[in-house]
Amino acid sequence: MTTATDTIADVHDHGDDHHDHKMTGIKRWILTTNHKDIGTLYLWFSFIMLLTGGAMAMVIRAELFQPGLQIVEPDFFNQMTTVHGLIMVFGAIMPAFTGLANWMLPMMIGAPDMALPRLNNWSFWILPFAFGILLSSLFMEGGGPNFGWTFYAPLSTTYSNGSTAFFVFAVHIMGISSIMGAINIVVTIMNLRAPGMTYMKMPLFVWTFFITAYLLIAVMPVLAGTVTMVLTDTYFGTSFFDAAGGGDPVMFQHIFWFFGHPEVYIMILPAFGIVSTTIPAFTRKKLFGYSSMVYATSSIAFLSFIVWAHHMFTTGMPLAGELFFMYCTMLIAVPTGVKVFNWVATMWQGSMTFETPMLFSIAFVILFTIGGFSGLMLAMTPVDFQYHDTYFVVAHFHYVLVTGSLFSIYAAAYYWLPKWTGNMYSEKLGKFHFWCSLISVNILFFPMHFLGLAGMPRRIPDYALQFADFNKWVSIGGFLFGLSQLIFLYVVIKCIKSGEKAPAKPWDGAEGLEWTVPSPAPYHTFSTPPKVD
Amino acid sequence: MQNNQAKSTEQVSKQVKTGTTKLVFTVIAMFGFGFALVPLYDVFCDITGLNGKTATEATTYKADHIDKSRLITVQFISRTAQGAAWQFKPEMNSIQVHPGEMKFVKFYAKNESGQHAIGQAIPSVSPGIAANYFQKIECFCFNQQPLKASEDVWMPLQFYVDPELPEDINELTLSYTLFDVTASKDS
Repeated sequence: MTTATDTIADVHDHGDDHHDHKMTGIKRWILTTNHKDIGTLYLWFSFIMLLTGGAMAMVIRAELFQPGLQIVEPDFFNQMTTVHGLIMVFGAIMPAFTGLANWMLPMMIGAPDMALPRLNNWSFWILPFAFGILLSSLFMEGGGPNFGWTFYAPLSTTYSNGSTAFFVFAVHIMGISSIMGAINIVVTIMNLRAPGMTYMKMPLFVWTFFITAYLLIAVMPVLAGTVTMVLTDTYFGTSFFDAAGGGDPVMFQHIFWFFGHPEVYIMILPAFGIVSTTIPAFTRKKLFGYSSMVYATSSIAFLSFIVWAHHMFTTGMPLAGELFFMYCTMLIAVPTGVKVFNWVATMWQGSMTFETPMLFSIAFVILFTIGGFSGLMLAMTPVDFQYHDTYFVVAHFHYVLVTGSLFSIYAAAYYWLPKWTGNMYSEKLGKFHFWCSLISVNILFFPMHFLGLAGMPRRIPDYALQFADFNKWVSIGGFLFGLSQLIFLYVVIKCIKSGEKAPAKPWDGAEGLEWTVPSPAPYHTFSTPPKVD
Repeated sequence: MQNNQAKSTEQVSKQVKTGTTKLVFTVIAMFGFGFALVPLYDVFCDITGLNGKTATEATTYKADHIDKSRLITVQFISRTAQGAAWQFKPEMNSIQVHPGEMKFVKFYAKNESGQHAIGQAIPSVSPGIAANYFQKIECFCFNQQPLKASEDVWMPLQFYVDPELPEDINELTLSYTLFDVTASKDS
């Protein structure tokens, strides 16, 4: 009998993919229970989604290139902003992290595979269906979701264009996928560590995924509950968010952001883990302040649950509430500051070299900190009344999500590409990708700060004339950044096809069990656990 | 050695299964918690009076004195929700009251939809913190209002402002939104 909850031992006993006896062709990928195969699937899927969501961003920036309506209808513009957000959050960043976790976690803790390999297969393979449903609604009569990725009621209930059901079911499936992935990560880390690897000896990468998985388990079900309430409000006559029946539209925002704020840390904590791996490797020093990193990550995770209402300062909260959420939010700057300090301290007097993963990591530290500072500005209640729903907010979260999360994923990809493919990528092209991305991303997002401070609202297809110059620059930066990502695709394909053979440990200062196995990593690693002292 | 390994694999398998079960229950509990947030917020707002919602049931007059030294302006706002083809307005835009003083105001409603309809008015007080001090002895918002086509009605509101109202509040806004709830009533 095989079930989704078969543990690694059961799967091993059945022996269906023993000793490199991979199935061939498409069946290998559909039926695989191998963590490396599933990691690869996740990573390719997230890259396809990145390009899909990116194409939508190109539509947005093309429309905003100059004032007036040129290319798309306002309604379609709203669908683009909505689906761009949903795809980037749930389709690009989160699956990329899950892919990295699948590939690296078992190798880093000396386990033969994830603890629940069949569940793992399932978590991945429902994802394409979720995004199939979401994307298909764009081609239907009435169009796709146009209420913003935050789907505020009553926009998603009373004023929905009929796409709510598709949206809700897609989010349900994405949620189930990430919850299963998270459960798998937690039980793997808890039970399959190599003998001698205590919790405080785990690589920080493992720690951040461990904590992130707990966040996912805690808040993804709340998101599922929220979309379910939106579904029943829209189609089954309930009134959770409808004042006519005694509900409250503001309550939607409370429930949504109770999920939404931990969600933003779900998208950044793994990034912390990645740069805490790459920076020591290219600095040839141990990570400075390992245990303070662990505690800082845990306290950020805890604080993320009590700051949600800073997204809704302008809803007419009482002063006491505004102060509470303002101070709690600012408190997050303390553990985050500890982290940035530790990364810089790690680099201090290190013997640094600047290969592509290191370049992306350093850019991460600097640009993520800029995003953190604009976050602090937004946390201040009085000034938030000016910044709320302007391009300043857009600039802020793109700095933390693009130059933060996405750059860290690139750092990870370049860092482990030799291990995954067995070949070195072209350092020259990798650096070209980095510099193109770095310059264009700042042309793209930095002027948005000024646009926001000058009062340009977000989510609009047209704008007042005085914003025209900055928007032109933003759009040019956007197109350049979009094109730059195709370089990465080329680098990866070239690396797989014709890269130089990579040694088991291509990076001088790299540490960890994953470098003790040959490159490319064999299909099965650590069938007998290594000894860690 | 081989034996030991096999045994520990079984143990690990068992631990993985208990761990998974616990986490699945956590997921179910958190799904429930999402829904529990709805009544939790309501109770929280009820106690603290944070969100401008006034009581949904009539109260009796409880003030022990009329505070002639203060004069509060109560503004009335009335609007109809999308899809409610009603005329809906207060007899006056605002009224001056001393805290503790009882006042009676009428609101006019007319069904212009051409067919039988049921209306429901939802009140909201601004600033939100004042909601707990705005006491309604009688209010049309406590009940639904059925009207035949082109029928009209003057609906009563009797209220007083609690003398305990914080010193810094001199002006209240009472806003009513009238919803057409015919559809959900009939089905």
